[in-house]
Amino acid sequence: MSAAGGPFGGKAVITGAGKSQVGRRLGRTGLDLTIEAVTRAIADAGLSVDDIDGIASYPGPGVPDKGFSGADTHQVRNALGLRSRWYLSAMETAGQIGPAIEACMAVTLGLANHVVVFRSVWESTAQATAGGRASVLFGGGELPPHLEYVAPFGALSAVNWLAMPAQRYMHDFGLTREQLGAIALNARHNATLNPDAIYRTPLTMQDYLSARMISEPLCLYDCDVPCDGATAVVISRREAAAGLPRHPLTVESVGTGMFERATWDQRADLTTMAAHDAAATLWERTSLSPADVDVAQLYDGFSFLTVMWLEALGFCEHGRVGEFIEGGERIALTGSLPLNTSGGQLSGGRLHGMGFLHEACVQLWGEGGDRQVPGSPEIAVVGVGGGPVGGAMLLSTR
Amino acid sequence: MKETAQAAPALAGAAAYTRPAARLLPSPTPESRAFWTGGRDGKLLIYRCRGCGHFLHPPGPACWRCRSTDVGPEAVSGRATVAAVTVNRQPWVPGLPPPYAVAMVELADEPDVRLVTNVVGVAPEEVRVGMEVEVFFEPWTPEGGSADDRIWLPLFRPVAAAGGTDGAW
Ligand SMILES: [Zn+2]
Repeated sequence: MSAAGGPFGGKAVITGAGKSQVGRRLGRTGLDLTIEAVTRAIADAGLSVDDIDGIASYPGPGVPDKGFSGADTHQVRNALGLRSRWYLSAMETAGQIGPAIEACMAVTLGLANHVVVFRSVWESTAQATAGGRASVLFGGGELPPHLEYVAPFGALSAVNWLAMPAQRYMHDFGLTREQLGAIALNARHNATLNPDAIYRTPLTMQDYLSARMISEPLCLYDCDVPCDGATAVVISRREAAAGLPRHPLTVESVGTGMFERATWDQRADLTTMAAHDAAATLWERTSLSPADVDVAQLYDGFSFLTVMWLEALGFCEHGRVGEFIEGGERIALTGSLPLNTSGGQLSGGRLHGMGFLHEACVQLWGEGGDRQVPGSPEIAVVGVGGGPVGGAMLLSTR
Repeated sequence: MKETAQAAPALAGAAAYTRPAARLLPSPTPESRAFWTGGRDGKLLIYRCRGCGHFLHPPGPACWRCRSTDVGPEAVSGRATVAAVTVNRQPWVPGLPPPYAVAMVELADEPDVRLVTNVVGVAPEEVRVGMEVEVFFEPWTPEGGSADDRIWLPLFRPVAAAGGTDGAW
């Protein structure tokens, strides 16, 4: 058991969360959406922009994929005239919430009082305006290093890289498409209760099983939906949060481990991912355990990644996830482990990781509306990323 | 990117492989050039560490196992086993029409070295975990490039004699 209060000693808390308009082909700029989310999060925390003395985001500048990054940290600083005592953007970090974890360290060390952390995308508009899918994925021209060994074989998308371990997992452990489909159906059901979600019409198992295959065994409904939108949270030093309107959410632990080479295809066990390393470090830093978790927000860029997170975090044994999710009762809003309560990225929109942290806060504050988990959840786990990308956070109302 | 097909020896009962009109081609680096051009001599060249004797992939300046920098390309047998496979059904690249099988294959010489490749010469749906495959090379000249810029993509096809079965994994 680690020291009470986890790695931050209870000093890092979340005081506000905000989301921009989320939709398909909004035609707004990434920076515009980002400013909307950031200022809403700041207002939600009961703070003014001048109170914000830190800022962090994923991935920062330099990513060629169109729409993948709506704004970098300096663009937001410039737009809002921020006076920052600490700032950071990072892509080589513990998943898309890595900068939020860094912000916890910054406030714990006293480098900043209130850090706004954001992630924004405009992938839907980018795909509508770019010259085809391949040009969105790498912008044409010379292949970037991460595609050198896959693109020549037509494996251009993460769906291809993740379909292979999914196929191997099904081969080794007997996970069925019907079982995997429970992830997509659960997300869609929750999305019907979320007015901000992209896809809100009910989805049946028959719809799922007859959907177009993208890269076997993953079909259309196993893939998340690109969208335009931004999400933000404010991470504060607990002492600085006194008197703010919201009950501060304590960051109990974070998962930042990565024990093997960062590749999509060379990990020793093809049926595990960086998620397993992140999860291991999350639990070794806290006295809490999987049994304490009331609600889980687990990355579903592809449905199979949620499967990986469920077993990585110890909600079921390695290889046994099929029976855990079968039928969907356990992961429903009324189940023992309500999962992806906003519709996730599969039906809510690909807000790319930070949407899960946002929704965890909404649930712990009891503001989920029609999709609120009953019984006042007190502990939420967030796990984001897939393949060689993984990061996790454990939040509480304590 | 037009090129005359390098005929692959026919296999009894195998599905014919037709070379696609286009592929996205790598730009070899000093470390990856051997991998992409070994096919000129019919060789699959994989980096090997002379410190510990293990192969490694992708190629790089050091061995991730023992950290020796005494590493360099060496020919392997070209035999491998399918570790995972997907039938891609989404068109990504004009001139490379789906469906096609993308697989991770594990080298017979070093099973924890995996290559992402296409398994061809068999219907994509028939590729199985545990299937034994062997390398062959498909030469390409980058657009606007010369014969010196040619690269040889290592593709795999079922081993004729062994056949492919969903073996004991
Ligand atoms: Zn070595």
